[in-house]
Amino acid sequence: MTQDGINAEQVRHLGKLARLELTSEEVEHYAAQLEQILSAITSISAVATQEIPPTSHPIPMENVYRDDLALPGLELADFVPGAPAFEDDRFRVPRILGEPS
Amino acid sequence: MTTLTTEYDAVIAEFDPIIGLETHIELGTNSKMFCACSAQFGGDPNTHVCPVCLGMPGSMPVVNRVAIESTIRMGLALNCSISPWCRFARKNYFYPDMPKNYQISQYDEPLCTDGFLDVTVATQDGPQVFRVEIERVHMEEDTGKLLHAGGAGRIHGATHSLVDYNRAGIPLIEVVTKPILNTGELAPEVAKAYVAELRDLMRALGVSDVRMEEGSLRCDVNVSLSRPGEEWGTRTETKNVNSLRSVERSVRTEMLRQANQLRAGERIIQETRHFNEETGDTTSGRSKEQAEDYRYFPEPDLVPIAPSQTWIQELRGTLPEVPSVRRARLRSEWGITEFDMQSLVNAGALELITASIDAGVQPTAARKWWTGELMRVANEQGCELEDLSVTPLDIAEIEGLISQGDLTDKMARSVFEGLLAGEGSVSEVVSSRGLVVVNDDASLIAAINTALSDSPDVAEKIKGGKIAAAGAIVGSVMKATQGQADAAKVRALLFELLGVKE
Repeated sequence: MTQDGINAEQVRHLGKLARLELTSEEVEHYAAQLEQILSAITSISAVATQEIPPTSHPIPMENVYRDDLALPGLELADFVPGAPAFEDDRFRVPRILGEPS
Repeated sequence: MTTLTTEYDAVIAEFDPIIGLETHIELGTNSKMFCACSAQFGGDPNTHVCPVCLGMPGSMPVVNRVAIESTIRMGLALNCSISPWCRFARKNYFYPDMPKNYQISQYDEPLCTDGFLDVTVATQDGPQVFRVEIERVHMEEDTGKLLHAGGAGRIHGATHSLVDYNRAGIPLIEVVTKPILNTGELAPEVAKAYVAELRDLMRALGVSDVRMEEGSLRCDVNVSLSRPGEEWGTRTETKNVNSLRSVERSVRTEMLRQANQLRAGERIIQETRHFNEETGDTTSGRSKEQAEDYRYFPEPDLVPIAPSQTWIQELRGTLPEVPSVRRARLRSEWGITEFDMQSLVNAGALELITASIDAGVQPTAARKWWTGELMRVANEQGCELEDLSVTPLDIAEIEGLISQGDLTDKMARSVFEGLLAGEGSVSEVVSSRGLVVVNDDASLIAAINTALSDSPDVAEKIKGGKIAAAGAIVGSVMKATQGQADAAKVRALLFELLGVKE
C-alpha cells in the first residue's frame, strides 16, 4: 500500500479537496507525516485477520433508533449571532462558482 | 416534427441507447432523518433546524426508525434483498448546501440491493413490458436550499448565495437502476414509464407524496450510445429532471446530441448536464468529481443497521397491492378499456377517482367529473388535477346533493366554478350562489303557466300532439328559475297540466 510512498502530487490533491492552500514546504512536511501514518496502518493491517471485522464504532451496538416525532428546534435568535453572515433569514455564503477549480 | 422524427429514426438505426436512472425520493416522515426537526415541505427559512442539521460541533445524529422502515418497505416492493447488516457512510465535500461539509449517505453497504420493477410501454403492437433491474436502494439526507443572489437567480454571475437549511436532513432515498438495455427507439418512453411506475408504487406505499414539482421526487438521467457490437459508450448524467415529460424529453435530446457528436468523430465526455425545461435542451455542467474524491468512510457517529428477519417479515405484511395489479382490478371493476385506464393514469386522475369512489361516489360519476369539467380547467390553467382546489370529498358532497335532488348537474357545474374560484366549501358556495333546486310544485306550476300564457301558440301545438314543442316551454321555465329547476320534472308537470300523454 505504501511501497510507493505518498507523493507530493497526492498531498496537493488532498489539500485541494480540504480547501487548504499549501506551500511547497508544507507539502513536503505533510507528505512525510502522512507517510508515517500510512506505515502505522500497514503494521496494523499485518496483524488484522479475516476473523476480526474492521471496527467503525468503538461500542458494539446495532439498531439504535428514535421515534418519528417532530419537535421544535432552534429559534433564529439562537444561532444567527454565531453565523458569519445572515441575510433575509438565510445564511449568506460567498459565491460558489468562479472560485478556482 | 417530421424532420425531428426522421432524425431520431436515423439515430436509432445507427446506435443502441443505454439508459440508467437515479431517482431521489424524499420520505414523508414527520421528522428528519437524523434529528427531530420537522420534515414538512417549506416553512419560513431556517425554522426547521437544530444543532444536528446545522452541523454544530458536538451534536450527534440518531436514526429515524420510520425512515428505515419506509426504506425496507420500498426495497421489498421493488423485489430487492434487504441487507442483514449495513452502515451509513460520510460523503465528504465542501459545498454550502450541507453545513457539516459532509453528507451522511450509504456507500458500499446499501440497505436494499438487486431488485426489479416491471414497466409497461404502449407501442404500435400493443403494450410491451420491460423489466427494469434495480441496482440498489440507499438512504441519505437531503441538502439545504440555495438561493443565488445577483446574476438573476442563476449560479453563474451570482455575487453570493443564501442558504435555507429546512430541507437539510430530510430523509432522502435514492433508487438506482442497473443499465437498461435493449430498449431501442422506446428508450425515452421506458425512462418515463419507469419513473411513473416508481412514483405510483411510492404513493401506494404511502412513504412519500412524490410530487415532482415540489422536488419530493427528482431524477438524474444517464444516457449513452454505442454502435451495435461496440463497447458501451461514455455516459452523461442529466441532473434534476423534474417532470415525467422532461424525463422522456431529456433522454431523446441527449440521444440526438450524442449521436451528432459521435458522427462528427468527437468523444463524449463523462459529465453532469443540466436540463432546460423551456427548450428541452441539455447544457454542460460541472465535470463529475471522481468517486474517490468524496473520501467515503463509515459514519462513526451512527451504529450499524441490522434489521431482523422478524422485522422484515412484519414490514412485508404491510405492502400494498402492486399498482399494475391494482390497475387491472379497477379496470375490470369499472368496465373500461386498457386505453381508457392508461389515459386516466397519464392525466393523474386515477388516485382522485378512486378516492372519490371511496368517499361514496359512483365510478361513472367520479370519472365524469374528473376527466370532464375538472380536466378542462386543469388544462386551461396548465396545472395538475390534484392541484385544483376541488377534493374527492367535495365530489362526494356534490354527488350526494344531486342524488337527493337538491342540485342539478348544471348547478353542480356552478358549485365547481365556485370551489375553483376559492369561494369556500361546497355548502358555502351552494348558499352564497343561491343554488337551490326549485322543487315545490306550486312555484313550478306558476312558472309553467306564465310560460304558456306568454306563448299561446306553442301551448296549442303541444295540445295538438306536437310533443317536441314542449322543449321551448321547459326552456323558458328553466330560464325563469335561473336553471334551478329539475328539467325532467318541469316536463312531466307541463304534460300533466295540458292533459297530454308523452
